[in-house]
Amino acid sequence: MKPANLLRWESMLAVVLVFEFILFSALSPYFLSVDTLSDATFNFTERAIVALPLAMLIIAGEIDISVAAIIALASVAMGLASANGLDTAGIATVGLGTGFLAGCINGALVTIGRVPSIVATIGTMTLFRGAAYAVLGDRVLKDYPETFAVFGQGYLLGPISIELALFAVFAISFGVFLHRTRWGRTIFAIGANPVASRFAGVAVNRYRFALFALTGLFSGLAAVLLTSRLGSTRPSIAQGWELEIISMVILGGVSVWGGKGSIPGVVLAAVVFGLVTFGLGLMNIPGIVMSIFTGTLLILVVAVPALVNRSRENRR
Amino acid sequence: MSSHRRDLAFAALTLALFIAVTIAFPGFAAPRNLAGLLDDTAILILLALGQMLVILVRGIDLSIAANLALCGMIAAVLDRTWPGMGVGPVLALTLASGALLGAFNGLLVWKLRLPPIVVTLGTMSIYRGAIYLLSKGAWVNENEMSRGFLAFPRSEFLGLTLLSWLALAVAAVFVFGLRRSRLARDLYAAGGNPDAANYSGIDAGRMQFIAYTICGALAGLCGYLWVARFAVAYTDIALGFELSVIAACLIGGVAIAGGVGSAVGVVLGCLFIGIIRSSLPLVGISAFWQMFINGVVILVAVLLSARQREVKRTILEVRT
Amino acid sequence: MTLTGIRKSFGGVRALESANLDLPRGAVTALIGENGAGKSTLVKILSGVYQPDAGEIRIDGNAVRIGDPQASRAMGIGVVHQECLAFDNLSVAENLFVNCQPARRGLVNLSAMRAQATAVLRDLDADFDADMPAGRLSIAQKHVMQIARALAHESRVLIFDEPTASLSQRECAELFRIVHKLRDAGCALLFISHKFEEIFELADRYAVFRDGVSVSAGKVNEVTGDELIRLMVGRPVEQLFPKIETTPGPERLRVDRLSRAGEFEDISFALRSGEILGIYGLVGAGRTELAQVLFGINEADSGKVTMDGDIALVPEDRQTQGSILPFSVAANIALPNLAALAPHGWCRSRDEAQLARQWIDRLAIKAQGPAQPVQNLSGGNQQKVVIAKWLARRPRLLILDEPTKGIDVGAKAAVHAVTSEFARDGGGVLMISSDLPEILGMSDRVLVMRRGRLRGEFTREQATSEKLLRAASHA
Repeated sequence: MKPANLLRWESMLAVVLVFEFILFSALSPYFLSVDTLSDATFNFTERAIVALPLAMLIIAGEIDISVAAIIALASVAMGLASANGLDTAGIATVGLGTGFLAGCINGALVTIGRVPSIVATIGTMTLFRGAAYAVLGDRVLKDYPETFAVFGQGYLLGPISIELALFAVFAISFGVFLHRTRWGRTIFAIGANPVASRFAGVAVNRYRFALFALTGLFSGLAAVLLTSRLGSTRPSIAQGWELEIISMVILGGVSVWGGKGSIPGVVLAAVVFGLVTFGLGLMNIPGIVMSIFTGTLLILVVAVPALVNRSRENRR
Repeated sequence: MSSHRRDLAFAALTLALFIAVTIAFPGFAAPRNLAGLLDDTAILILLALGQMLVILVRGIDLSIAANLALCGMIAAVLDRTWPGMGVGPVLALTLASGALLGAFNGLLVWKLRLPPIVVTLGTMSIYRGAIYLLSKGAWVNENEMSRGFLAFPRSEFLGLTLLSWLALAVAAVFVFGLRRSRLARDLYAAGGNPDAANYSGIDAGRMQFIAYTICGALAGLCGYLWVARFAVAYTDIALGFELSVIAACLIGGVAIAGGVGSAVGVVLGCLFIGIIRSSLPLVGISAFWQMFINGVVILVAVLLSARQREVKRTILEVRT
Repeated sequence: MTLTGIRKSFGGVRALESANLDLPRGAVTALIGENGAGKSTLVKILSGVYQPDAGEIRIDGNAVRIGDPQASRAMGIGVVHQECLAFDNLSVAENLFVNCQPARRGLVNLSAMRAQATAVLRDLDADFDADMPAGRLSIAQKHVMQIARALAHESRVLIFDEPTASLSQRECAELFRIVHKLRDAGCALLFISHKFEEIFELADRYAVFRDGVSVSAGKVNEVTGDELIRLMVGRPVEQLFPKIETTPGPERLRVDRLSRAGEFEDISFALRSGEILGIYGLVGAGRTELAQVLFGINEADSGKVTMDGDIALVPEDRQTQGSILPFSVAANIALPNLAALAPHGWCRSRDEAQLARQWIDRLAIKAQGPAQPVQNLSGGNQQKVVIAKWLARRPRLLILDEPTKGIDVGAKAAVHAVTSEFARDGGGVLMISSDLPEILGMSDRVLVMRRGRLRGEFTREQATSEKLLRAASHA
């Protein structure tokens, strides 16, 4: 919770962001156009919408690696809902509801079942993704009503997509909630020391459950946006996204040990991340190679501070 | 419940499952079918034994299947480039490259004290990506592999494949070694109470490093075995297999909190999953359900062990 | 064994400035000092966990370097740690021989290990055997296991780091018997303790540390308790138990036949305003468990609790339960008061800092300011922060669980003063303590618990050490 350090981390991210802008506009003459930039936002909005609640969950000392599997499950549920003739609103509700329920299952496993969140969500990741495969096999669902496309393909105002607008609204609300309210303070306290928080009268498990449910709900929202944008559902949808979403959160300066982090950091990290993905795409680099980049980034972001600490300790 | 009694109980459960399947499908217990079952489960056994060491010292290795796939591709590319080099060098090289990849995980966890889940989630995608770089996205097919390369795991001896014998041999080494070797006892100590281990002169971090390295070596070995057995190598082989491995460990009684687990339990866990997997087609359930079942297995296992961990309340004297 | 001029610092902080210690054979040396005097650092240096920056360690006249825990063990140094360092997942025999199992070519000789362990345990008259999983042992048994561990390695120098902090009277007696036996066998023993009765009963010699410097050493029979306190603190201590006489008012708390399976049974009592009700008992008598049910951490299985007003609990372990160490004093004090500080949810750091400043003044907390992390405070000041965060809520009922465990004499007196004032102002206090002088000095009434049940109630006038002890142990 050292504000000075966080500030430094965030300004570092901002510098990286500026550097990216310069690099990509040098590489591609079309980069600095409103249309291109607007397109680029689709590279992070869906993931970043999940990163926001996940950041709070990680700050509270837990983790959820089932987020991508929840997206797949929710997408399959929406596909089935659509096949059964539900309208756009109904389909979206099914997606959100599935995500919320999946999040509640995670929350119940951790709070009532007392299973550590890493294994609990490895389990549910397998379960949810497995359920998507079990239901769909190698089929593809793509009979979505035309109006359903609005979530992932619609624009609110000029170049500002509905996805981007939603992300902006949620980023601000989450930032205010986490950093300005007593519930946010409590989340930091739980992450730093859950036992002492409990002895300070905090209903720790209620917070944990709510955060898991929230992360599930927002994974459901991401599923609505992604499915709407792609117009189709496969059981392998959002494969590997847990890595990218967690990377965004960690890159944003959230401590993997809990108790530290900020929403502005996560937002900056999401944009940095999205632009890199977009830039690599511009250079025709395939997705699997990008995963090398993501993996390296994730490890570097946690390793570099640890290295710095180590050398500082050695100097003493 | 001591781990010995748990193993016995779980052995009974596995046997019951086996008997139930055999009653429904008498052909299931045919020696030929059993040999096939063991052959199908062998790689899972090898990987789960490695993963078990990592979980024993409070880690987890999500990159195990990606390690396997990368080493498998290395083996395939080696064999394609020098078809005459024989199986020996391939085995040595896959073991070494697997150990190296595992050691990289271990080094980050040991020296920088990074959380295992984050490290191996990262290396999982790095290793997968590296396969693509190595193969340029292409497949290595059966017709590009030498005969000796393909034959090794499949050659039979006393009715079992060499692959099965290998798994049995490694399992035997683990059963004996975990009980009797000093290294293994140090692993148990470091996983049970890392602070106390440090006070006893055992570097708990170094133990994690060793566990990851051994686990990596086994994954590397399995890379070759997998590629030779299925006669194909490509970027996505064994995708998601780490989840089956973790499921086998957890259902086999390896405690996620560290320090508890037995090789017998893990082998039983693998057989349990193997029996389910091979009886799915018999009852007419598609193979797409496998992952879902793994999920159920993991959750049941962790919920049960969480129940067991409940604090004992023993202040009141027992009334007689 | 002799140590001269040992120095050790961490970052900029000097833990040991110039420490000298003499450990002759066949004698028990008591090491005393306030928290932060450098005792634990010294233990860690002797067990090979830390390396000293300067100074010399000699064993039998030869200068040695203790490079790591194994070297320490090889030199015959054995440590019985304060927190039980046991491997719950391993058997007792394996615990005794961790990292030095009898082995040939890397293979452990299980039967030799068991035989050696059994022999050592028999020497100690231990009431558990070598095959038992260590996880099933009681805390006292684990201490015996650590002693056995030291003996199994033929240690000549044995260090006891506050071993009695969580032992019952009977278990202490057993421990003392073993200590004397070892002394008579010619071992050099170092005994670290906060309890003076123990020191006078057990030790032959003493050494006093203050702020990392050895200030005095000598024979125990040539010194008095008061002198030792003066040496430890460097100043005379004001009244230790500033009890304020009050007249009990209306009832604040009534507990009626409260039970929780496996923890306590059939507990009934009442607490009135202005009253300090002591609960005495041995560690593990179910007192902490009772407190946690009253506070609402756990639920009772049966029985009824009625209380008038807000309840607060200062838990037993201030570092893991009482405070969030990396957080600031202000954040810690604010945590249970967030609802009052931010009635509509909006937090302002200024209000938190102001609240903290107010309590820093009131309890004389030695901190640089509200922004200082609690982990940089001394144990006594940490405890004051824990108390402050609850008093700020203005509770009517205060449960203190071992409020002065492991804190220095000055802070102890301050905690007692605050407690007395709280009762004077109309609060009801439930004070759990294993410290007899504290219970006798502070309580208006004393309840005694043993194995989860109430075994006696004494008024201030009736209560004596003997009566309480008898009620708390098996009479």
